Amino acid sequence: MVKVEINGQIVEAREGDMLIDVADEAQISIPRFCYHKKLSIAANCRMCLVEVEGAWKPLPACATPVTDGMKVHTKSAKAIAAQKSVMEFLLINHPLDCPICDQGGECELQDVAMDYGDDVSRYTEAKRIVGDRDAGSLIQTDMTRCIHCTRCVRFGQEVAGMMELGATGRSEWMEIGTYIEKSITSEMSGNMIDLCPVGALTSKPFRYSARAWELKSHNGIAPHDSMGSNIIVHSKDDEVKRVVPRENESINEVWLSDRDRFAYEGINSSERLTAPQIKQNGHWITVDWETALQFVVDGLKAKLTNSEKVGVLASPSATLEELHLLQKLARGLGVENIDHRLRQTDFSMDVNGYQTPSLQTSIDAIEKSDSVLLIGSYLRKELPILNHRIRKAALDNAQVHVVNPMSFDFNYKLANEIIADQDNLVSQLAAVAKAAVEITSENEQAWLDDIEVSDVHRQIVQSLKAADKAEIMLGQIAQSHASFARLQKIASVIAQETGATLNILPMAANDLGAHVVNCLPQKGKNVSQMLNDKLSVFINYGIEPEFDCVESQAALNAMKQADFVVNFALFDSASQREYADVLLPIASFAETAGTYVNANGLKQSFKMAVEPKGEAKAGWKVLRVLGNLFDLQGFEQTHSNEVLAEVLDNDQPQIDFNAVQVELDNADESYHMISPYAIDGIVRRSPSLQATPDANAQLTLRG
Amino acid sequence: MVKFIKHQVKTFGLLELFKGLALTGKYLFKKKITVRYPEEKTPLSPRFRGHHALRRYENGEERCIACKLCEAVCPANAITIESEERDDGSRRTTQYDIDMFKCIYCGFCEEACPVDAIVETRVFEYEFHERGPHIMTKDKLLAFGDKHEEQIAADRAADAKYR
Ligand code: SF4
Ligand code: SF4
Ligand code: SF4
Ligand code: FES
Repeated sequence: MVKVEINGQIVEAREGDMLIDVADEAQISIPRFCYHKKLSIAANCRMCLVEVEGAWKPLPACATPVTDGMKVHTKSAKAIAAQKSVMEFLLINHPLDCPICDQGGECELQDVAMDYGDDVSRYTEAKRIVGDRDAGSLIQTDMTRCIHCTRCVRFGQEVAGMMELGATGRSEWMEIGTYIEKSITSEMSGNMIDLCPVGALTSKPFRYSARAWELKSHNGIAPHDSMGSNIIVHSKDDEVKRVVPRENESINEVWLSDRDRFAYEGINSSERLTAPQIKQNGHWITVDWETALQFVVDGLKAKLTNSEKVGVLASPSATLEELHLLQKLARGLGVENIDHRLRQTDFSMDVNGYQTPSLQTSIDAIEKSDSVLLIGSYLRKELPILNHRIRKAALDNAQVHVVNPMSFDFNYKLANEIIADQDNLVSQLAAVAKAAVEITSENEQAWLDDIEVSDVHRQIVQSLKAADKAEIMLGQIAQSHASFARLQKIASVIAQETGATLNILPMAANDLGAHVVNCLPQKGKNVSQMLNDKLSVFINYGIEPEFDCVESQAALNAMKQADFVVNFALFDSASQREYADVLLPIASFAETAGTYVNANGLKQSFKMAVEPKGEAKAGWKVLRVLGNLFDLQGFEQTHSNEVLAEVLDNDQPQIDFNAVQVELDNADESYHMISPYAIDGIVRRSPSLQATPDANAQLTLRG
Repeated sequence: MVKFIKHQVKTFGLLELFKGLALTGKYLFKKKITVRYPEEKTPLSPRFRGHHALRRYENGEERCIACKLCEAVCPANAITIESEERDDGSRRTTQYDIDMFKCIYCGFCEEACPVDAIVETRVFEYEFHERGPHIMTKDKLLAFGDKHEEQIAADRAADAKYR
C-alpha cells in the first residue's frame, strides 16, 4: 500500500494502480473520455490531465501509476488550464448539434463541457465532416460527432473479439469506421452505444423517440437467456422505450447482449394481443375477462373427466410465479401432462428422474477456468454473457475445446475443435469419454469398448485432467439433439474421470426455475408424447407452439386436431386463431412482477415497469383467478411475493448419472439449431434484431 | 391647550379635503392615459408574449427539430411533444401540443428554442369557451405561424440587437 495525496486528501492505494482509479475510489472527480474501467488504457483523449508535483507538465491520470508520496492536484490552475485546453480542442471539430442528437442529456462531452468548456468558441475556421457508416440495424452512426476516444475500437478488439471498428488516418483525418464493408455482427455490439461518450454511436431503434430526461428507470432482469443479466427498463408514458444494462460485476459486469437490449421492440409490437378473445360457432369475438375465463372453465370442465387427454405446455421464459401457479392449477385439476422442455426431443433420460440444467460454477468464476469443453453449443450466440467470460478465460491461457456438429465462428482461439459433420456427434464424444477412461482406467465402462480414440480426443482429456478448474458444458444443440440422453451420460463420464464440472446449460430465462417449481411431467406425458398422442385439450402458456416447439409441424398438427385449445398469449396471430378456442392476453416481462432463476440458481425478482398493453393482465393473476373459479385450494395470493414464498425452499432435482445405462448403437443423430433471434415471441417480433445477419444466417434445421 | 387649538383649526379648516380635491382637479384637466379598449389599443413591445406560433423556414420547412428543450424548460408543463425520425432521416415532432390553460406566458419556451421555432406573438385576443380547443396542436400552431410570419419576423429583427 502506498499513500498518495490528492488535492490535500491522503488516499491509500495499491502500488501500480492508476491515478484515475484511486481518485474515483476517493470520489474525487477527474474528467475523462477514453478511459473505461473495462477496457485497456489508451490515454489518447488527454482530458484527464492533472498536475503532479515534480512533473514539469500535466500527466494523464488514467495512465499514471501512483507512487508513494505522490502529490496530485486535480483542480490547480495548471490542471484546470490543461483540461480547458483539451476541451477546447475537442470542441473544435465537434458539431453543435446537441438539439438533434440522441445523446443530448446523457452525453459525457456535454457534461464535461459544462464544467470545463468556455462559453464562446474562439474557433472560426471550417469544421470537419465525416461520412456516416452503415453499421447495421442496431447502431446508428453520426461519425462527425466522434471524438476519437477509441473506446469502440478497443471494445471490438478486447471484448467482442472482432476487428469490426478501427481507426484510419491520423489527427484531423482520423476516422473510425467499419473495417470491412459488412455490418456489425457481434452479439454484443449494442454495448458500443453505452461506451461511446458522445452521440457518434447511438441506438437505431430508439432513434429520436425520447429524451433521456423523460425516461423513467425500472430495475429488471433480462428475459431472453438464462444469465439473469441485470437491466434497466426505460419507459415513457407507460411504454418501454429502451433497455440498458445495470452493472452487476458478478453476472453481466457492464455488458448486455443485443438480444436482451433490443428485443423490447417486441413488447410494443402491433401484434400484441390486447383483449381476451373467444371462438364461438367458428367466429372470434372480443369479450371481457369474466366471460373469457368462464368460457375456459366451462370448456375445461367438460373435458376434465378424461384428464389424460389434457396437456399443458409452458414457456420456459415465464416467471417463476407463473410457472408455479400453472403447474399447481394443472395438478389441482388432475392434469399431469405438463412440461416446459419445448426444445428437447430426447426424453429417454426421464426414466431416471430429472436433471436440473444449471451452471455449477458461478458466472464470474468461469473466467478463472483453465480448461473448458463445449459440447453441441454455439455458445457465443446462445449465451453471449457466459461466452464473454469464457473468452476472458481463453485470453488468460485457458484451453477451450469444442465438439460440435459443424464449425462455428467463436471469438477466441479453440485448443481443439472436433467437427462431427459425419453425423457422429455421439461417437465423437464417446471417444473423448473413452480416452478419459483409458487414462484413469479406474472404472470399467464396457459400453465404450467399440469406440476408436484418436490423439485429439486424448488431448482434450489431458487438458481437462491437468486443469485446476475444468468445465464441461452441454449447449443448445446438445439439448435439442435426438440422442441428448446419451450425450448427457457420456459427458458425465468425462466429467467424472477428469474431475471436471458438468454443466447442462439452461437456455431460457427460467429453464432452471421451471425445474425448481416442478413444471415437469412427474406422472404424465412429456412434450413429445403430448404432441404426438392426439390430446384433446391443450393449454399453451406464453408460447406459440408452432414456433417455440422444435417439433413445430407436430405441434401445429396436435393443436389443429385438439378440441379445445387455450392460449395464454402475448401476441395475436393468424395461425393461433386457426386452432385455438380462447386467447387470453398476458403481460410481458416488463409488465409484470416476477422472478427469474438464473443459470447459477440465483433467484432475482423484479417489479412491474409499465402497465400491461390493453386489457392484458399479469399471468400469475389470471392463473390465480382461474384457480378460484375452479374452487381449488391455495389460490388466495394477493401479491406475487406470496406466490414466490411457496417455492423458495424447493429443491433442484438431480440425477445420479452413475446409475444410468445407455446404448451407443444406432444413435439418432438429428438435431435442431435455434436461431438466436428466434427463441421467443418477443425476440421474433423485434424488427431490428430480425434485420441483423444473425437472424438471417442460413440455419441448419435437420431432423 | 395649544395642541387642542391646532386640532380644531385642522378639523374645521378642511385643509386635507382641499388638498385631495386639488389632486383630483389636476388630473381632471391633464391629458388622459386611459385607453378605450377594444376601440383603442395600447402599443405593444416586440417582446410581447402572447399566443404561441411555430415558425417555418423560408423554403416552407418547419423549423422545429423536436429537441424538446421547450418541453423541458416549461415551468407549467404545458408542452407535450412526441418525436420520430421522418422518412428523410431528420428529427421531427409527430405531436406538439401546448395547453393554453396551463401556460403562464413566461416565454421560456421561446428562450430555450435553438432554432427560433416556437415563438410567442403579439396576438393576445383569443378566448376559449370550452375545453378542447385550448390545446394548440402542431397544425394550429404552424398555421398560426404562417399567418403572422411577417409580424413575427419583424419583431425578432427589432429585438435582435439586444440579444
Ligand atoms: S465512435 Fe464514439 S466510442 Fe468510437 S471513437 Fe468515436 S467517440 Fe469514441
Ligand atoms: S410561455 Fe412559459 S408556460 Fe407557456 S408554454 Fe412557454 S414555457 Fe410553458
Ligand atoms: S420548438 Fe424549439 S425548443 Fe421546442 S422542440 Fe422544437 S426546436 Fe426544440
Ligand atoms: S481518460 Fe486519460 S487520456 Fe483519456
